[in-house]
Amino acid sequence: MLLVASHGAALGAQGGALAVNPMGIPRYPQQTGEALYKGVCQGCHMADARGASGAGKYPALAGDPRLVAVAYPISVVANGQRAMPAFGTGFSDAQIAAVVNYVRTHFGNSFTDSATAADVLALRRPRPPDF
Amino acid sequence: MTGTPRAAMTRRSLLRMIGTVAGGSVMYQAMAKLAIAGESDFRVPVSLGGGGKGASVLILGAGLAGLSAAYELRNAGYRVQILEYNDRPGGRTWTLYGGDTYTELGGATQHVQFDKGLYFNPGPWRIPHNHHALLHYCQVLNVALEPFTQVNYDAYVHSTTAFGGTPQRYRTVHADFNGHVAELLAKCANQGALDAAVTREDREILLAAMRQWGALDKNYEYTKGLMTSGRRGYDTDPGGGLTSVPVPSDPIALGELLHSRLWASIAAGHGYDLQSTLFQPVGGMMMIARAFARELGNVIRYNCKVTEIRQSESGVTVAYTDTKTGGPPREAHGEWCVCTIPASILGQIPMTVGAPMQNAINALSYGASAKVGLQFKRRFWEQDESIYGGITYTDQVNSVIGYPNSGYMSQKGVLLGAYAFGPNAFAFTAMSPEERIATALECGAKIHPQYPAEFETGAAVAWHRVPSAMGCAATWDNALRAEHYDNLCAIDGRIVLAGEHASRIPAWQEGALLSSLDAVRRLHQRVASA
Repeated sequence: MLLVASHGAALGAQGGALAVNPMGIPRYPQQTGEALYKGVCQGCHMADARGASGAGKYPALAGDPRLVAVAYPISVVANGQRAMPAFGTGFSDAQIAAVVNYVRTHFGNSFTDSATAADVLALRRPRPPDF
Repeated sequence: MTGTPRAAMTRRSLLRMIGTVAGGSVMYQAMAKLAIAGESDFRVPVSLGGGGKGASVLILGAGLAGLSAAYELRNAGYRVQILEYNDRPGGRTWTLYGGDTYTELGGATQHVQFDKGLYFNPGPWRIPHNHHALLHYCQVLNVALEPFTQVNYDAYVHSTTAFGGTPQRYRTVHADFNGHVAELLAKCANQGALDAAVTREDREILLAAMRQWGALDKNYEYTKGLMTSGRRGYDTDPGGGLTSVPVPSDPIALGELLHSRLWASIAAGHGYDLQSTLFQPVGGMMMIARAFARELGNVIRYNCKVTEIRQSESGVTVAYTDTKTGGPPREAHGEWCVCTIPASILGQIPMTVGAPMQNAINALSYGASAKVGLQFKRRFWEQDESIYGGITYTDQVNSVIGYPNSGYMSQKGVLLGAYAFGPNAFAFTAMSPEERIATALECGAKIHPQYPAEFETGAAVAWHRVPSAMGCAATWDNALRAEHYDNLCAIDGRIVLAGEHASRIPAWQEGALLSSLDAVRRLHQRVASA
């Protein structure tokens, strides 16, 4: 409600990082895995991907054994998990694949298989109709 | 009554009598009962009416939900205790003042350098006229309010890709958009294009309305002249004496206006929540939290990190650690528990509740938001540009420039240099505080070239980096509401949740208060009937 009332209008504007698709859903301008990580993910998971701890925690992605199956990070990024928002509405399939591949090959992770946009398409849940 | 004929008592005369005899607050309560003032589900009197029987209630979180729960339950005869993670009351109701120190997740620490009397609200900053619960508490807690300006016709709407990046006054875009639309509609009506939709008589009324609404001339055209300049402003304002002749200004052409997309920013103040009148507490939003804390005294225990919430048939036990002194986990008990911990954090705390509530907590993700406060040596927006309060909207990542709604004509001021949601907010969150400030300065300088010469100091808060919140607000959609909302709000054994996330006004303080008042009412009914 707050979002719609105060910023729905601004999101309709063109240019800057406020580009929207025809559905009016904001898009993220970063395209490479590195740019997406540094422009979005590190907000919570931190620049070194070691996460952080306050009243709750942000999990570390550095040396995370759960990243072994590529479907897991794809699903979490696309569909969200608990407090983590779903980025499937703002990221394209290619963006999700790029950031998953970046995380799985950095921060002490060295997986050799990689995600493709087709993998993402297969795993992403459809957007709620009223989004 | 006397023997004289009884005049019919109108509702207005009744209220006037109550107001005269008993004062404004009683009149307000009467008004609310007569459903004049109470269009929200806020009910007056708030009071639970006693009957708490000395039962104990443990409240988790000292934001507005927890503070109001403690206040009402204590007044009703309960023994209350609040555990709060921060070393201050308020939660997301928070103000940064000069001298404050703030360490965000990741470890970056800011020492706020604002001058005395200047401040920045990282969280909520405005109180809509229809947020009756919040206004009620401001009244009973003696929190002084002043007007918050949402729409300032002198503020700007700005796009980096329109008008060569030159900001336009809200006034001109608003007037020209209305004028052009009125002209188009009048043209349609005159050409008979609306004959299927309006009767002949209504067409005449519509034409008259379009002339008045859009400032059209006698030919139903929106043209340069004193009439349209009376809306959009003049090149030279009317004056006095020999230099008094006003010079009208040129309206923006329809095509250019449409392509600019600046029309997208002129409706922000039309929403129910943002219509005049809005308020802000004098001295910062945190004044509300401080007023509650003053009333509650040592009921609030600060620096408590909750690590587990267990309930049995007889009560609730909460394990927590003292983040200042450390040491082994401690325990607090209550026969009942009102838990206002944000779902972003609560989902990580082991808690003995049923699957419906746990699933509801786990279903909520948290949206991003970021704000930057910038102190300038002089109030150039007032001195150079006649902007007194209100908001400029831009398509840059900072999204917003908010001008201070107090201290007009004084020397210095703190601008809200950025207020971002969505992708822009994530971008700010991923930056260091210094980068956020630099970004807000860079964006702002494209609208106000005075920025570089006048900037002094800033502070930046991204809500996913706030250790006690880990996000701005819960994100709901209709499908989530249908599946989880009732389960989130329902009492589970001896635990009830409250906060903006358990309301239908997410991200607003009013949502937190209404959620809390509803939760304690239901809890009280259960206790009273036990």
